[in-house]
Amino acid sequence: MRAPTPSRGIGAAEVILGLSVGILVVVVAVPVLIIFFNAFWVNGQFNLADTLKILREPDTYTALLNSLFIASGVTVMSTIIGTFFAWLVTRTDLPFKPAMRVLFLVPFMLPSFIGALAWKMLLSPRAGYINRFLMDVVGLDGPVFDIYTFPGIMAVETMYLFPFVFIQVCGALERMDPTLEESARISGASLFTITRKITIPLVRPSILSGALLIMLYSMAHFGTVAVLGIEVGIFNIPTLIYEKIHQSAGSFNSIRTGTVLATVLVITAALIMFIQSKVLSRGRYQIIAGKSFRPVETKLRALRMPMLVFCIAYIGFTIVLPTVTIFMVGGLKTYGLPFTAENLTLANYRYILFDWKLTRDAIWNSVTLGLAAALITMFAGVMISYVIVKMKVRGKGILEFLGMLPFSVPGSVIALGVILAWSGKFGINIYNTVWIILVAYIARYMAFSLKANSAALEQVHDSLVEAARASGAGMGQALRDIVLPLVRPGMFAAFFLIFLPALRELTVSVLLYGPTTRTIGVAIYTLNEDGETVYSAALAGIALMIIVTAQTLIGRFTRARTAS
Amino acid sequence: MASVQLQGIRKSYGDNTVLRDLSLTVNDGECFTLLGPSGCGKTVLLRLVAGFERPDAGSIRIGERVVSDAAASVSAAPNERDLGVVFQDYAVWPHMTVFDNIAYPLKLAKVTQTALRARVMDAVGQVNLRGLEDRMPSQLSGGQQQRVALARALVAKPSLLLLDEPLCNLDAGLREEMRFEIKEIQKNLGITIFYVTHDQEIALAISDRMAIMDEKGVIRQIGAPDEIFEQPADDFVFRFMGVANFLPVHRQPGGGWVTGGGQRFPWEPDGDACAWLAGFRPSDVRLGRDGEGLRCRVKRASFLGAMMDYLIEVDGAQFRTQIETHAALAQGLMFGESEACMVTLHSVHWFKAGEIPEGRR
Amino acid sequence: MSYVRLVNVTKRFGAVTAVDHLTIAIERGECFSMLGPSGCGKTTTLRMVAGFEDLDDGEIHVGERLLSSRRRNFYLPPEKRGFGMVFQAFAVWPHLSVYENVAFPLRVRKLGSTEIDRRTREALDHTSLLPVAKKSPEDLSGGGKQRVALARALAINPDVMLLDEPLSSLDPHLREEMRFEIKDLQRKFGFSIIYVTHDQAEAMALSDRILVMNLGVVQQVDTPLQVYQNPANRFVFGFIGLSNFLEVSIHGDAVRVSGGGDDPAVQVVVPAELKAAGRAVLASRPAEIDFAGQGAVRGVVKRCVYLGDLIDYRIDVGGQEVRVQKNRRAPGPREGEACGLVFVRPHWYLGEEKSS
Repeated sequence: MRAPTPSRGIGAAEVILGLSVGILVVVVAVPVLIIFFNAFWVNGQFNLADTLKILREPDTYTALLNSLFIASGVTVMSTIIGTFFAWLVTRTDLPFKPAMRVLFLVPFMLPSFIGALAWKMLLSPRAGYINRFLMDVVGLDGPVFDIYTFPGIMAVETMYLFPFVFIQVCGALERMDPTLEESARISGASLFTITRKITIPLVRPSILSGALLIMLYSMAHFGTVAVLGIEVGIFNIPTLIYEKIHQSAGSFNSIRTGTVLATVLVITAALIMFIQSKVLSRGRYQIIAGKSFRPVETKLRALRMPMLVFCIAYIGFTIVLPTVTIFMVGGLKTYGLPFTAENLTLANYRYILFDWKLTRDAIWNSVTLGLAAALITMFAGVMISYVIVKMKVRGKGILEFLGMLPFSVPGSVIALGVILAWSGKFGINIYNTVWIILVAYIARYMAFSLKANSAALEQVHDSLVEAARASGAGMGQALRDIVLPLVRPGMFAAFFLIFLPALRELTVSVLLYGPTTRTIGVAIYTLNEDGETVYSAALAGIALMIIVTAQTLIGRFTRARTAS
Repeated sequence: MASVQLQGIRKSYGDNTVLRDLSLTVNDGECFTLLGPSGCGKTVLLRLVAGFERPDAGSIRIGERVVSDAAASVSAAPNERDLGVVFQDYAVWPHMTVFDNIAYPLKLAKVTQTALRARVMDAVGQVNLRGLEDRMPSQLSGGQQQRVALARALVAKPSLLLLDEPLCNLDAGLREEMRFEIKEIQKNLGITIFYVTHDQEIALAISDRMAIMDEKGVIRQIGAPDEIFEQPADDFVFRFMGVANFLPVHRQPGGGWVTGGGQRFPWEPDGDACAWLAGFRPSDVRLGRDGEGLRCRVKRASFLGAMMDYLIEVDGAQFRTQIETHAALAQGLMFGESEACMVTLHSVHWFKAGEIPEGRR
Repeated sequence: MSYVRLVNVTKRFGAVTAVDHLTIAIERGECFSMLGPSGCGKTTTLRMVAGFEDLDDGEIHVGERLLSSRRRNFYLPPEKRGFGMVFQAFAVWPHLSVYENVAFPLRVRKLGSTEIDRRTREALDHTSLLPVAKKSPEDLSGGGKQRVALARALAINPDVMLLDEPLSSLDPHLREEMRFEIKDLQRKFGFSIIYVTHDQAEAMALSDRILVMNLGVVQQVDTPLQVYQNPANRFVFGFIGLSNFLEVSIHGDAVRVSGGGDDPAVQVVVPAELKAAGRAVLASRPAEIDFAGQGAVRGVVKRCVYLGDLIDYRIDVGGQEVRVQKNRRAPGPREGEACGLVFVRPHWYLGEEKSS
């Protein structure tokens, strides 16, 4: 037995804390702060008047109003649809419920800008296939649908965002203690009264939580509005930022406008997060069930089959139709040709995958960026989470704050901040390189890694480590033998939570790409902008296949691990 | 095998001083229980002995070794103290089999493969888990996990075993069984046990000696179980060790009288003060239909199966007693509510009224 | 005619028969408990009475009304049955105040607002909840929430109250208090209670009659005292309290304890019906065994544990263990000593059933 060790002063704990703070400050805080700084300081002086002037420009405040308008519409529609489907799947006798529950999550897998592309091909007023079909076959004079409108944009965003509400409400309804509704029944209330007075109020916090997430996402969303709105002059804030910067190729004024817009976006986002936390803290009731009795089920009777048909039709319409369109258009020799066997070919796909440098590079860039970002945030996340959850050092509150900050900072803002910070200001210039995109991804996704890793670490109770110490293990050994194996699932979860979104994202990389550093999302978007619709669709099809394959493999992998 | 000596221990968290100037000795080979209400500081003391925390003042010796001395800045790490710990939440490692859990301390001590296997299987047998060595903890019940924790704590043959409320998450039947097993193991191995709990039934059942700690971290009494139960040092110990009945008695020249009614109390407090509380256990009460004793009235009567439970009122005060059903039937002592009865007491502990706040009786 | 009548009530879940042809009759104003281990069918039965489950066979009547009948294809939904019900997890609505929780069944019946207010206040008064009427139930303790559930069930002045393990989530001290409160309320209002529990002491203390159930089958229906004094079979005996089961073999008039080599002789009187069987089980309660010298069953004290108010003995009798509990003041043998046991009130069973 060794002699007892003397007490120590500055130790490993403090070093790790310093390192963690350093990482988060450099990666997260600097880009965000620099935005504010740039927005309000001109030539080193605080200048509010200049900022207000920019805000008063018609472009700017129109974009803000549009953002709010679109986001509100999307939120309302998504909430209604999401809640309705959640109720159908958990509280009625709809047939094939487990399968429907999974099906309604499929929209998550489709990036909404690819969905927007597909709908453009179907419902654009002049060239859209559905419009042309109706005009040719049914004999109408003009196009029935115009997707380049506010309703069009809102409908497309809703299609792919409603799962946010769906998941939250499903979870709440499934977990709810059934005796809460049974006691209402025995008190004499009809099923309708119970739903109105008991069930809905109890799940309201979950509904609101999902709705606010959608609002936040929609306000910060680039893709759908870019594809369907720019052409007809409908801009929201992310697309206006893009437009200003790309039109002027990075002029000083455009950057200033961009930062002012970004600030507005951040403030709105922060407000939404604030409201959400208030809603959750006041309203989250303890309604989790203990016993296993099933909750009350509404009998749909005559509506049973029609509802099933409706659900399947909805999925068919919002998922199958756009996906098929993408693949079909991707196989056309020229855009606009009818879909006959002689007009279809696999040549485009072959070209994109193997021959064209532009697309091959884009695929390569996205995959490597995704892997790198996921790996780096995974490891950094584990370390920082450990400090936050397990270490008893002063000052770790700063870490928590810095870590969670990016949650409420939209992608465009991070991209802009990263441009401002790392284009030479501090001696480092990585603009137009792959590295600037990587740094932006790390900033964007760090919060996800922290969340996943913190959750896993919290499951590792202190007593597990103390038991190892009492068994004779030193601190390092206890970490290796006990903490690491138990935290691995959380780390893997963090990895996939970041790899997949990074692979398919557009909002951030569209502001940061250079001639050789396109990502898949950027390539699809720019090809569409350049009029190469067929290639754009083909690449989109390939992207979908990569996403679905990756998602399935991950699903199987995580299932296998939890089973063992 | 080792003794434990705590001397002048003080521990504070911020402004809150949990333990102050605490000294205690656990004898070699004895089963010693530290009993006290939740949050009183008993777990803190155990963690100090284990080495998970350090005292602000005082020293701790295990056997011949000083493992902690605040003044000399000496502190042995937990893995250097040669002890076994069983935690309240079992702390069985979920990613390792039963065998690997139990083997871990031996693996750290670099015991050879064959010897390791033999010793682990021996420990598995000692806690009656034979056949389950290859299971994962998630496949075991709470009681079985607790046994894994126990085997793991004992396999390296430590000189001291620390147990932190290990049985409180088990159901009543399992609790009884496990405390039996712990006592058996202790007798067989002759190991020193330091057990921390808030459950006085467990403490009474397993201890050679026990210490009662109050909510402020002060030790009120140390002694053998029957000593503590029969001769409580003060009212805190009396109340903590089980159902405590109190009757207010005031002393006047000529004897004691039940306050509020005027009945003569058959016992006399010794001391000059005027107002007293007579403390007694439910098992000290003898009921009768007539004859000598205090005239009382049954306020509540509950048939609990093997026992009849009575809440009895006398001159405004209430106390509780139980009588075996078969005895009640045989002796005609099945009382109903509001029936009169006569009560005599086997023995009484005296406490000065005013020492015990009203709400606490 | 009895007030609540279940006739041949049966419920199956797939291949499992959860409740097997249950027939019970409950009187007006009676407190009737259904007692048994988890999974015995007691809660399923209660839920069938409440209307949350339909019957696979049989009928349920309350007074003149038919509630459920498989044969006549009749089923009245819960909201039309007019029962008061209290659930184990309270099922008190956190988004409504205490007042609104209690007023809910009255509002649903569309009574006038003065009537609603009067009856709500009355129910709150009887459960001592008037001071916290405006509060949210989340601010109350477990006992408080349970009172809200009680008040809500009482508000409509039901004839029958259904209680599903209402006290099992409360701590022991509170459980006793609430038990008395429920009994007092029953006395005041005169409703019948159907009470489901797995806690035999609670059932004993509360009920006018107890139904002991196991695996969907009725084991015994009787007053608490009778169930305790004369358990119908070995299951009831074991369930109703701490018990010892001693296997004995019978050779004519001689009775020996089975197992453990030199089978000690048992000086007990065996019922005539068992003498032919050759084997039997002697059941006894730890509190109903005395230590004696002569004419007793011989054993050795394996463990003697001081538990404060009582002392717990484990006696080895021919390889089998007998548990004895005695008041701490009663004299008793020490660990390792030989002793003699006298069974004060032995019960005899043949395997799983009672001897006659």
